[in-house]
Amino acid sequence: MAEKQYDWAAIAKNPKFVELHHKKSAFLFGWWIFSSVYYFLLPIGAAYAPGLFRIKIIGVINFGYVFALSQFFVSWGLALYYAHVANKDFDRLTRELVEELHLS
Amino acid sequence: MNFKKIIIATSLALSVAAAAFAEEPKKAPVTPAATPVATAPAAPGTPTLAVPAAQTAAPAAAAPSSLKPKRELKANKAITLTMFGIIISITLGVVVWAASKTKTAADFYAAGGGITGTQNGWAIAGDYMSAASFLGISGMISLYGYDGFMYSVGWLVAYITVLLIVAEPCRNAGKYTLGDILSFRTDPKKVRAVAAISTVAVSTFYLTAQMVGAGKLMALLIGVPYKTAIIGVGILMVGYVVFGGMTATTWVQIIKAGLLMSGAALLSVLVMAKSGFNPIGFFNDIVNSPDIQDHVSKLVLKDGVILNGIDAGQRFLEPALFMKAPLDQISLGMALVLGTAGMPHILMRFFTVPTAQAARKSVIIAMFIIGGFYVLTTLLGFGAAIHVTPQGITQVDAGGNMATLLLAQQLGADISPILGDIFLAFLCSVAFATILAVVSGLVLAASAAIAHDIYVNVIKDGHADQHEQVMAARVTSLVVGAVGIVIGIAAEKQNVAHLVALAFAVASSGNLPVVVLSLFWRKFNTAGVISGLVVGTVASIGLVMISPNMTYPKVVAAGAQKVITAMEKKQAALAPGAQLEEKDAKALAKAKVDFEKNKDGKSIMGLDKPILKLKNPGIISIPLGFLAAIFGALLFPSRRSEEMFDEVYVRQNTGLGMAKAIDH
Repeated sequence: MAEKQYDWAAIAKNPKFVELHHKKSAFLFGWWIFSSVYYFLLPIGAAYAPGLFRIKIIGVINFGYVFALSQFFVSWGLALYYAHVANKDFDRLTRELVEELHLS
Repeated sequence: MNFKKIIIATSLALSVAAAAFAEEPKKAPVTPAATPVATAPAAPGTPTLAVPAAQTAAPAAAAPSSLKPKRELKANKAITLTMFGIIISITLGVVVWAASKTKTAADFYAAGGGITGTQNGWAIAGDYMSAASFLGISGMISLYGYDGFMYSVGWLVAYITVLLIVAEPCRNAGKYTLGDILSFRTDPKKVRAVAAISTVAVSTFYLTAQMVGAGKLMALLIGVPYKTAIIGVGILMVGYVVFGGMTATTWVQIIKAGLLMSGAALLSVLVMAKSGFNPIGFFNDIVNSPDIQDHVSKLVLKDGVILNGIDAGQRFLEPALFMKAPLDQISLGMALVLGTAGMPHILMRFFTVPTAQAARKSVIIAMFIIGGFYVLTTLLGFGAAIHVTPQGITQVDAGGNMATLLLAQQLGADISPILGDIFLAFLCSVAFATILAVVSGLVLAASAAIAHDIYVNVIKDGHADQHEQVMAARVTSLVVGAVGIVIGIAAEKQNVAHLVALAFAVASSGNLPVVVLSLFWRKFNTAGVISGLVVGTVASIGLVMISPNMTYPKVVAAGAQKVITAMEKKQAALAPGAQLEEKDAKALAKAKVDFEKNKDGKSIMGLDKPILKLKNPGIISIPLGFLAAIFGALLFPSRRSEEMFDEVYVRQNTGLGMAKAIDH
C-alpha cells in the first residue's frame, strides 16, 4: 500500500502542532489531576472528616451522600466538557495541520 | 481448512465432556448458600471483609426475623432455562453472522475497525461491568449502606483516566494489543514478549475470578453443579471468541449491557414506585426501617458503639460501617483509577473503532452507561435493604450477593406470584449474560497477546499471512479458553477474592506506567518498558502474596479458638447437665475441627500472619512500577527510541499514518 512518508521531526516543530500539543497537554493533565484530587477527597473525607459527611442537607440526606453523588455528575460533566473542547479545538487544529501537510 | 475442522471437533468433544459431567454430579444436591459467593464475583476489597463481618452478623441478625419463614432463593427452572436458551440462541446467531465476516487478523482482533463509537461505548460497558458490579455492589449497599455507594464511585472515575490519557492515543498508535503500543519505538521482540506475559497474567487472574464466580453463581441460582456451570460457560465463551472473534464478542457485550441496563431500570422504577417516586421519602424509608435500624445497631455494637432507633437508621447513610481501613480504600482507589486504563481487554476495545473521535465518543457513552448503572445500583441496594431487609438478605447469602435477585423476586411477587418468578429468571439471565460477556473479552485479550505478539511477531518475525494469523488466533483462543475452564474447575475451593485486586494491581502498576511513559516521555525505551512491566507485575503479585488476602491458617485457628472459648463459657454458665442449643453446639464442633485443621498451618508463602496490612497493594506497587520504568529508561538510554518519539507523538495526536497501522 502506497504510504505517504512524513517527516515526523518537521511536523513536531510545525507551529500548528506545537499549539495543539500545548493546548492538549495543559487541558488533559490539568483536568486529570483535578478529577483525581476530587475523587480522592471522597475516601479521605469519609475516613478523616466523618463529621462533615454526617451533616444533613435535605431531609435525612447528608453531605456525604450528596458528595458521592456529585462525583458522578462531575465525571460526566468533565467528559462532556472534554468532548466539547476536543471537537471544537483539538480536532480543528488537527484537521488544519493535516490539510497543510497534504498541500505541501 | 484443516484447522477449522480440528477446532470444530475439539469444541464438540468439549461439549460431550460437559454433558457427561452434567449427568453425573447432579445427584449430589446443591445446597444453596453453602459457600458464600461473596468471594466469587468479587470486587477487590469486598469479599474477604464481607464474609467474616456478615457471618458474625448472621446469627445475631436471625433473631428479629426468626418469626418469619426462612428465606430461600429458588429460581423457577422452566422460566429461567427458557430465558437462558433465548440468550444462548441469540448470541449463537450473532456468532454465525460474525464468523462469516471474520476473515483477516484485523477482523478477528478488532472487528475490522468497523464498530461505531456508540456500539463500542455499550460494548465497553458490557466488557467492564462484571457480576461483581451487578450483584456485589448492590449487596454491599444493602448491608452496609453508604460504604457500598462510595465504593462504586471509583469504578466510574477510572474512566476519566481512560478518556483523557489513553483512549485516543492508543487508537492512533496501536493496532491490536498492548504490545503494539509499547513496541513502536523499542526493541519489538523483547517488549512484545514481556507485554504478552503481563497481559496473559492480568487476564488469567481476572478470568479465574470470573470463572469461579460464574460456577458458584450458577450453582446457587439454578442448581446446576459447579463443574457443569463452568464447562457450559466455558464452551460458550470459547465458541464466541473462536468463531466470531471481536465482532461476536462485541455484540455479546452490547446485548449484555442492554439487558443489564433494562434490568436495573425496571427494578429501580419498581423500587421508586414503592416510595411514591419521592426521593426524600425513599431516604426516609431507609432511616425509618426498623429492620435496618436493628441491623445497624448490631453492626456498630461490635465496635462498642450503642445506637438505636432513628439514629441507627441514619448511621446507615454514613461512612465506615464496612470500610474501616482508609489507607486500603485509597490504595484501591489508585488501583481502579490507574488500573482500568491498563486493562488489556479494555485497551483492546479502542482498536475496534475507526478513529480517535470514535474512541472518544465511545468512552463518553460508556461513562454514562456505567455511571447510570451505579446510580441505579444505589436504588437497588437501598431498595433491597428496605423491602427484603438486611436480615433476609444475609439468610440467603452472608456476603449480600443475592440482594438484587431477592429484590426482583419480591417486587415481582408483590404484583403477582408468577411475575416474581419471571423477574427473578430475567435477572438470573442478566447475570448469565454478564458472565459470558466479561469472560469472552478476557479470552480474546489473552489470545491476542499470545497469537499476535508472541506467535506472529516474535516467533514468525511478523511473516505470517492473513490465513495463518487468523488460524493462530483461533487455535490460541481455543487453548486459552480450555485452560480457563480447567483453572476454573481446579480453583473451586480456592480463595479467589484476591485475584481481582491482583489483576487491577498488575494493570495499574505494570501496564499503565509503561503505556503512559511510552506515549508521553521522549526518553522512554526498551529497558524502561521491561523494567517497569517486570517490577510492577512482580511487586503487585509479591505484595498480594503477603497481604491479608491470602489464607493464614494460624489466623483462622485463632478465630476458631475464640469461638471455642466463648462456647465453653456458655456451657459452663448453663445449669449442670444442660446442653448447648443445637446451633451453638454445631458452631462449637465446627470451630474445633477448624482449629485442629489450621493450628499448625502456614500460608502459601509460609507465613503465620500477613506482613502487609493492605489488601490492595496499589499505593506501594504503583509508585514502584513508575520508578522502575523511569530508572530503567534513564540507566540504559537509547538514541533510536528518543529520535522516534516525534513520530509516536505526532501519530498519537493526529492519527497520521494510522491506515498503515490497520492494514499492514
